[in-house]
Amino acid sequence: MATVLKPVDAVVIGFGWTGSIMAKTLTDAGLSVVALERGPPQDTAPDFEYPRIIDELRYAVRGETFQPLAKETVTVRHDIGDVASPYRRYGSFIFGNGVGGAGMHWSGQIWRASPEDLRLRSHVEQRYGKRFIPADMTIQDYPVSYEELEPHFDHFEKVCGISGVAGNLRGKLQAGGNPFEGPRSDDYPTKPLPPVYSAQLFEKATSSLGYKPFPMPSANSSGPYTNPYGVRQGPCNMCGFCEFFGCFLYSKASPQTTILPILVNRHNFELRTNAYVTRILLDASGKRAIGVRYVDREGREVDQPADMVVLSAFQMHNVRLLLLSGIGTPYDPKSGKGVVGKNYAYQMSTSSAAFFDEDVQINPFIGAGAAGQRAIDEFNSDHFDHAKHGFIGGSLIVTDATGGRPIGQMWVPPDSPRWGSGWKEAVRKHYLHTATFNSLGSVMSYRDRYLDLDPTYKDSHGLPLLRLTFDWHDNEYKVAAFAVARVQEIIRAMNPRSQFSLFMKPGEKYDTRFYQSTHTTGGAIMGSSPANSVINRYSQSWDVPNLFVMGASAFPQNIGYNPTGLVAGLAYFSAAKIKETYIKSPGALVQA
Amino acid sequence: MTLQRRAWLLAGVGGALLILLMGAAKLSDMRTGANVVERLPVTPELISRGAYLAKLGDCAACHSVPGSPAFAGGLRMNIPIGAIYSTNITPDKRYGIGDYSLADFDRALRFGVAGGHTLYPAMPFASYANTRSEDVEALYAFFQRGVAAAPTPNEAANIPFPLSMRWPLTYWRWLFAPSPTPFVSEEAADSIVARGEYFVEGLGHCGECHTPRALTLQVKAQNARQGDLFLSGAVVESWYAPSLRNGGPDTVGAWSAQEIEKFLTTGANDHGIAFGSMSDVIVHSSQYMTPEDAAATAAFLKTLAPASGVAAKQFVYDESTDRALRRGDATERGAMLYLDNCAACHKPNGQGYDRVFPALAGNPVVEGANPISLASIVLGGSATPITNSTPAQFTMPAFDWRLTDQDVTDVVNFVRTSWGNSASAIDVDSVSHLRRGLQVSQR
Repeated sequence: MATVLKPVDAVVIGFGWTGSIMAKTLTDAGLSVVALERGPPQDTAPDFEYPRIIDELRYAVRGETFQPLAKETVTVRHDIGDVASPYRRYGSFIFGNGVGGAGMHWSGQIWRASPEDLRLRSHVEQRYGKRFIPADMTIQDYPVSYEELEPHFDHFEKVCGISGVAGNLRGKLQAGGNPFEGPRSDDYPTKPLPPVYSAQLFEKATSSLGYKPFPMPSANSSGPYTNPYGVRQGPCNMCGFCEFFGCFLYSKASPQTTILPILVNRHNFELRTNAYVTRILLDASGKRAIGVRYVDREGREVDQPADMVVLSAFQMHNVRLLLLSGIGTPYDPKSGKGVVGKNYAYQMSTSSAAFFDEDVQINPFIGAGAAGQRAIDEFNSDHFDHAKHGFIGGSLIVTDATGGRPIGQMWVPPDSPRWGSGWKEAVRKHYLHTATFNSLGSVMSYRDRYLDLDPTYKDSHGLPLLRLTFDWHDNEYKVAAFAVARVQEIIRAMNPRSQFSLFMKPGEKYDTRFYQSTHTTGGAIMGSSPANSVINRYSQSWDVPNLFVMGASAFPQNIGYNPTGLVAGLAYFSAAKIKETYIKSPGALVQA
Repeated sequence: MTLQRRAWLLAGVGGALLILLMGAAKLSDMRTGANVVERLPVTPELISRGAYLAKLGDCAACHSVPGSPAFAGGLRMNIPIGAIYSTNITPDKRYGIGDYSLADFDRALRFGVAGGHTLYPAMPFASYANTRSEDVEALYAFFQRGVAAAPTPNEAANIPFPLSMRWPLTYWRWLFAPSPTPFVSEEAADSIVARGEYFVEGLGHCGECHTPRALTLQVKAQNARQGDLFLSGAVVESWYAPSLRNGGPDTVGAWSAQEIEKFLTTGANDHGIAFGSMSDVIVHSSQYMTPEDAAATAAFLKTLAPASGVAAKQFVYDESTDRALRRGDATERGAMLYLDNCAACHKPNGQGYDRVFPALAGNPVVEGANPISLASIVLGGSATPITNSTPAQFTMPAFDWRLTDQDVTDVVNFVRTSWGNSASAIDVDSVSHLRRGLQVSQR
């Protein structure tokens, strides 16, 4: 029998970026809020203190701050007829754990979506015709526009102290910024950090090819900065320990460094860590959430009644909790009916290395996440004519000097020995003189790519694991081939001794052993009606209007950008509507 | 007269004298105080004025402990002869001060006598002595009407006999505590400077930490009129509370009035960040100062001339340290330790980052006349105060687990003599002593 606690106004499931944003907004409005986080508490002090945090083996390889997969993971298969196997060891993507969630270990690469990304199906149909979209591709428009999200993108950028240069200020193109971005109402709050050497080479090479390179927007503030909440952040020194690590410099924006200092001591807020939510509780009608059930740190079952539930866990966990709670109709790939689990998507990335002679000092250990990096956006979204290329979507192309860490970031030419003294000699020769570049490509959604509950495997609480059915489609191989060809041209313009690329070729299967991107999306997508989506434009469940579902599970298909900017923009958009309308008169914010 | 008889006589005389001394002390403790009566009506304004004054006096620093009701006491304070605990000053009639008359309250606050005996001078009554009667009334109104009564029993002091006898405190009080008199200033009573002086010398009790003490533990100057040792810097346990007087780069008083004001209300300015027990002062007390009071405090401190015998040196930034570190030259003793442990935040140029990681170049704490604060921070770390206007906290981690006493010595001396800093050296024995005092791990 679960212990039933005193009711609160709102309960927040998962305390990463969106959980913090919602808890902040709801407590602003005077609501009593309890946040439940499955992982432990963690903060800059004492958990990310210098120099203990500078430990690649502990954090990036053994993943001390990641969700322990032995307790709960997902199963993965390529196709509908296959038997899925559990993802037992981190590779392809990473789950965060603990306060801050993935917002703690992210790399701070932060983008807005392009305006056309948010109305992708109608844009493609209009420009290239309906037949340009393959029959099994299930992409759809977001039910919200870039213009509507813009003030919220802008606010989040100020909360984070993003460093960057505007490319399009209120419709006027700005020298040095991204000319392809949507119009922004304001510049970034802090200046970009100076380019690392490989980024300087990239600037020169891309400019010579006629592209417009610009500083990659970075959630690492470039100098001391105080955000609109009065929270001060430190400066990035490009220490090289960004993605997978907590930031000891208070620079990388995370809930801890931006929102929590003003939130955690509010009298109408309570955070409970090590609280593992197993179910969203519904009333007899199934149309109203009455609270959540969780297992506390001592293993006791606890019910937290609430008038409103915010589901703000990681994308996959959101979908699983909806399925476990019986909310919405599970997606059926055979009939195409149902929506929960529909349109799972991922990203298609490529990696390339340029090997220079020993007189070119790349010094790859200088860098961090997006700080000091440069990018081009010519080949992303619909920034170029896709007609002759025959695919939808595109890729960002960026420098990738994120730390030159000794275990994971030691590039040697492909003909080097893989171990022993020959390998060591190759490392000695190339480590300081190798520059790396990435493309980060969109992945479209398809009828046969989805999430559901696994029929066999269960977690440590006896609940079915989430099952992931995913493999690449032709469109995405084309995205990768096109992007890597552009990267190779750029590297050639740098005139290195040799270069080498890793990318997926047609026929190669999705392989979970290698890290590609943690940007998994979909499964609880937003749309214009209950027939095509789980949530409406305000991230409100169609089926249970006092439930709001945050995060990248809302993306109908994936974009060629890192998702956090869009995730936060959608969360602030929803939060504003809740504060303005929903709290005064709870109910469906969009009529089905 | 046999030797034995003589001894008995001596003992008898000594005993009689002792009884006399104790009796006189008792008499004094019973008679001390002023015959004050309430003159002001107890209004919400008076109570809220009292609440503000209680913040300025930082009563909560000792009388409130986290997890217990406000002002219910219980803070353990280690003193050389044992441990004492702060007391319950809520209006609870049994354990608190609910039965106190205004005269009783005034006697405790300004005379240091309560419950018929003299208080340990951990209660800064010698500073509070100058409090104006209307402010005493406001404080009394607050503690009787503005604080919730908490039935929290007081903890008995943990001091072995015979040191636990309290009557010698009376003599200490006689000898060293000023007889409470209304506040006087050389300034016009209504001037901004006088307003600052009243706070600094009185409720603010700044001198309790920042003024050096004699062997008999009284401060060497109770106020500005008693000489230039007042606020000239003093050792407090493992810390050195820097000079608040004007002077060279080793004094906080050298900051501009605006910088002092900013420091008091936010815990940081462009030159430094509060640490040690000053963090608590900022958090519980000075952040709540009205802009006028903060400005007055700064204005008063700026009137304090440099302590005599202090060479008025000027800080001039010297680029050679930065240049050497940048070209990879870490041959100077402590330089490599600095690069490995400190430079990630404080930068090779020692300039740090504004109100995040303090500059080490030209920082009065770094350059302080005494190096122990710097060494204590290196060993035990430090966290910046969280205030209403500065909700983010920045923490310097402890390095005791990583650095030997010799390492700490070398890196502290490097920092105190680089970028134009020119402060005295610390020796390894002092660092070992600090490590023991801080009860951080041995290495």
